[in-house]
Amino acid sequence: MTHDITPITMPKFGLAMTEGKIAGWMVEPGAAIKTGDELVDIETSKITNAFESPVTGTLRRQVASNGEMLPVGALIGVVADPAVPDTDIDAFITRFQADFAASSDTQSDNAAVDEPVMMTVGDHTLRVHERGEGDGTPLLLIHGFGGDLKNWMLNHAALARGRRVIAFDLPGHGESSKDVGPGTLAFFADVAAQLLAQLKIRQMHVMGHSLGGGIALTLAHTVPQSVASLVLVAPAGLGPQINMDFINGFIEADRVRAVQDVLKYLVHDKSLIGRRMSDDVLRYKRLDGVQTALRTVADACFPGGHQGDDLRPVLAGEDVPVTVIWGREDEILPATQADGLSSSVERHILPDIGHMPQLECADKVNEMVEDFMKSKVIAT
Amino acid sequence: MSKKSFRQAINEALRQEMRRDPTVILMGEDVAGGRGGSAGIKDAWGGVLGVTKGLLEEFGDTRVLDTPITEASYIGAAAGAAVTGLRPVAELMFVDFVGCCLDQIMNQAAKFRYMFGGKARTPLVIRAMFGAGFNAAAQHSQALYPLFTHIPGLKVVIPSSPYEAKGLLISAIRDDDPVIFLENKVMYDEEEDVPDEPYAIPFGEANLTREGRDVTIVAFGRMVGLANQAADRLEKKGISCTVIDPRTTSPLDRDTILECVADTGRLVIVDESSPRCNMATDIAALVAEEAFDTLRAPIRRVVPPHTPVPFATVLETLYLPSVDRIEAAVTATMAHRVVEKV
Repeated sequence: MTHDITPITMPKFGLAMTEGKIAGWMVEPGAAIKTGDELVDIETSKITNAFESPVTGTLRRQVASNGEMLPVGALIGVVADPAVPDTDIDAFITRFQADFAASSDTQSDNAAVDEPVMMTVGDHTLRVHERGEGDGTPLLLIHGFGGDLKNWMLNHAALARGRRVIAFDLPGHGESSKDVGPGTLAFFADVAAQLLAQLKIRQMHVMGHSLGGGIALTLAHTVPQSVASLVLVAPAGLGPQINMDFINGFIEADRVRAVQDVLKYLVHDKSLIGRRMSDDVLRYKRLDGVQTALRTVADACFPGGHQGDDLRPVLAGEDVPVTVIWGREDEILPATQADGLSSSVERHILPDIGHMPQLECADKVNEMVEDFMKSKVIAT
Repeated sequence: MSKKSFRQAINEALRQEMRRDPTVILMGEDVAGGRGGSAGIKDAWGGVLGVTKGLLEEFGDTRVLDTPITEASYIGAAAGAAVTGLRPVAELMFVDFVGCCLDQIMNQAAKFRYMFGGKARTPLVIRAMFGAGFNAAAQHSQALYPLFTHIPGLKVVIPSSPYEAKGLLISAIRDDDPVIFLENKVMYDEEEDVPDEPYAIPFGEANLTREGRDVTIVAFGRMVGLANQAADRLEKKGISCTVIDPRTTSPLDRDTILECVADTGRLVIVDESSPRCNMATDIAALVAEEAFDTLRAPIRRVVPPHTPVPFATVLETLYLPSVDRIEAAVTATMAHRVVEKV
């Protein structure tokens, strides 16, 4: 029997997260809980995630109520043994809140170091977020159609242990400038190559999601010497089929509810799509030039409602190590497009996961990528 | 993306549209900074509350025009400039001054398209600040948006936050009809994340700032923030609210209001304008007519009394809708029980 009191605080899902909203408690006060039990749904601007209890005990208090928005680290609940008196719990909460208020005052001074910067690359202004340092071969993250660097919010920091990891917004996306030229994979691959040159990176691992996977494959084809390995997450370019209801719906949806319906195609667990995520997408789509940019990309990459680029030949050679990660329940690019690849290509088909494994099962994906990159360093 | 105040967001919208389109000009009393007189200092203020500061410097005095204190002449001139090819943004300063130039707005600008058989465009924006809570007394504190909403041919915009202000003002400037853009003067220092790039928020599309099961709250401008605070408090008591910010009173997003009322069955309207013939009565009538069968309780309005805005601070505070009053109205509508007649 322990008389410990454990604070449950607003978690930090990735370094970009500064605050979260209590989307819904799943455990009533007074309920017994075990380590790993789902306690509460937390909604961030990108995703709604279940937060698991770090301890075993009894949920004594819900300090934050449903719908409340709180900074990372703020007290949301208290777990303790039923034997701990209420007065102790109250005293604990008071003390915690006072300490937290004091520490957040001092923290605000040295925060805001880990921020994206705007870089001029050729004719484009790109939002680039670089994290991590070390001897490891750097890693470039390329997001997909309509996405931005925040698509990697659950991966970026985790992968940046011992290496530089660079995420950026493609032209036409996020906060980057909105001119997408011809809107082709070759165009985007060229921008990525220019970015690498400007960052003075000769060779790096490239991890691409969806359209970003197609861009990574194109980069490996056009500038093979710059690509140490490829991590392809539900990549474009490996088959003709693509869900055009998603593509067209994403371009056309102009209300939160319509956007929310379209975004549901992205994940298997539909409850992950929160209001704020939809609101974020809508805000992006209102920016001058975005509509034209997305339409240009869709017309260039998916002419006639099919993927126009066949990049399977890039994987036929065995020059570059490749791992492919795909959700079996992908509703945008079917996971069967990973079939029939060269045996040297590592394949991970994840059950009960949709088009965004890097969000839906971030930890698993991070582990796979880490293992893959390590094994390749040893092999070479 | 960075934090910007309501004031900066409006300034940035004006600046970006003036850069994009050379036909966009500003005119009004003191918009250039009150440089009237022979020894005037250029750009000293940038309007009485500093909203247009720095624009004279960038665009010069052919595009940022200080006008005499004659609303009838410069609002009329702006309407004429609009119908002949420019995109003027005329600033009326306090909306209360509309009394001096109502003919130019109501009988001229608003009627051009209709009376010229659809052959005239009038891309005119009239910016004005409104609202009580600034301790500016009865002639500088009114919220006259129902007056404009009443006039066919005008579009009426009431931004509720810095993000909304920038995107709605850009839409207003790009619109080919006269738009009345009303800024609650108490909000100029409120801050939030606002994209650096230009973006347009369409008119006639309400924004849901909260989604809930129990009660729909419709609120305008600064009242949206108060409604959100009330909704957050009520959430802790187990009452979940939808909060609708219609963004524009004309056009009005009737569909969203009716859909949300159908979902919740209860409606509270928060409107800081004078209570007779205001937006609250307008929306109450709409819902009573179109969605009567979905209502589970009488519609409640949180509005000021039918008096001039008092100057005394305590009375002015009492005059305005508050978070407490919104919370009380929602609680009252939740407490209502339909009694079957025997």
